[in-house]
Amino acid sequence: MQQANHKKNKPELTVQQKINRRNFISFTTFFVVGGALFGGWKWLYHAPEETPGITAGASKPLRRALNKTELFFRRIFSNNHPVKTYPKRMAAKQVRVNGDIGIDDKGFNPQTWQLAVIKSQKETLQLSLDEIRALPKSDLVFDFKCVEGWDQIQHWAGVKFSDFIAHYGLQDQARMQYVGMATPNEEYYVGLDMASALHPQTLLAYEMNEQPLRPEHGAPLRLIIPVKYGIKNLKRIGTISFSNERPPDYWAEQGYDYYSGL
Amino acid sequence: MRWTHWINFPVLALMIWSGLLIYWANDVYTITLGGRTLIRFFPEWFYQLLHVPHRLAEGMAFHFLFMWFFMLNGFLYVLYTIFSGAWRELLPNRHSFKEAWLVLLHDLHIRKTIPPQNKYNAAQRIAYTAIIIMGIGSVATGLAIYKPVQLYWLCWLCGGYHFARILHFALTIGYVLFFVIHVVQVMLAGWNNFRSVVSGFEVEERSFDHLKTEDRATGKP
Repeated sequence: MQQANHKKNKPELTVQQKINRRNFISFTTFFVVGGALFGGWKWLYHAPEETPGITAGASKPLRRALNKTELFFRRIFSNNHPVKTYPKRMAAKQVRVNGDIGIDDKGFNPQTWQLAVIKSQKETLQLSLDEIRALPKSDLVFDFKCVEGWDQIQHWAGVKFSDFIAHYGLQDQARMQYVGMATPNEEYYVGLDMASALHPQTLLAYEMNEQPLRPEHGAPLRLIIPVKYGIKNLKRIGTISFSNERPPDYWAEQGYDYYSGL
Repeated sequence: MRWTHWINFPVLALMIWSGLLIYWANDVYTITLGGRTLIRFFPEWFYQLLHVPHRLAEGMAFHFLFMWFFMLNGFLYVLYTIFSGAWRELLPNRHSFKEAWLVLLHDLHIRKTIPPQNKYNAAQRIAYTAIIIMGIGSVATGLAIYKPVQLYWLCWLCGGYHFARILHFALTIGYVLFFVIHVVQVMLAGWNNFRSVVSGFEVEERSFDHLKTEDRATGKP
């Protein structure tokens, strides 16, 4: 070893001392950084819950992360990315029913039902099912995906939301950033970014497996939006509204991602 | 390299944990042989032990946050191995598959002779390369089931939504098995080896009367 090389008259470290020194530095760094990371994790895990508003139920940093991640993945959204479709024969005969929130009231009468489209504070369109059925009908057989992880190939039919907008002259409203939809009793409600709502496979559906919708599937009219998880596919639409702010969303208030896009 | 290794450990642990919170909501996978269910993923006691039930939203939020760290860390590791030249010691070569067999026989105490040991032996080369491919596979299948519409081509590449989810799950089980073997091997390799993964150098005793350090990883984080 370089015995002549004494710096500042300090005695030359032995090899064992060098080893000990490097070990000490390394392990100190390891435990300090490790401790800091663990502290960071503790902070994240116990971070306070967000202030309930349009979204609720998640911790503040996690909600921030969800919203940032949404911004990233919105950039790859395109109407040119169609949802995969299947032949009709592959569609499930027993279509899964996963919930009845907002459609479990006894007094509902589908005969007197009308769809309310809130054009502005002053103007609301009231539409009957026959009027909606008179618009061009589109069929869609696709793989319905639930946020829980299951999926099912299902066959729906109705009017494309984009056709609906065009037919009723709602182009101005469609320039806003969000669409809100709610059940007649307003107990279930969803907010959708306009791009997803106007996707060419988004339907206001009134048929399933070539039969009129059954009550448990959202009769008389429901939303089928295949670029979103099932939680956004509102059954029994009562009102449709437009906004530049995020409309209320049932599951976004329960800690789920507002966007929930596929 | 040491840094990415130690960052990966907690990040992957959190990804597996949050993945479990998600998987619970639709826990359909079993291993069935001849009509008999051998393993059900997962038994109720396992969920209860880890407080898994009814935390889907939380699980998704954590999973979609830590996925960024997992991807970034993996990306840095791969970049580092490429530019440092460390890949030469890590990628299997044409002898590796034959040698790895000898390593296995040796480790199981079937063969006495020690197979060629460099920085990493043949079995390690295969294992450490495979785990990177698994990581890439987890990212690919994860993105495929996360954005199956926008990333439809990736979903198609991963064999469709169902198959991608099964692969994603199987890779996770693979990590757990890798971890078990890895920890056993590390314990067998002893303290000096473990210490070197933290500090970056290994102490080697030579036939002289004093110790010498052999800096096997100088400047390699």
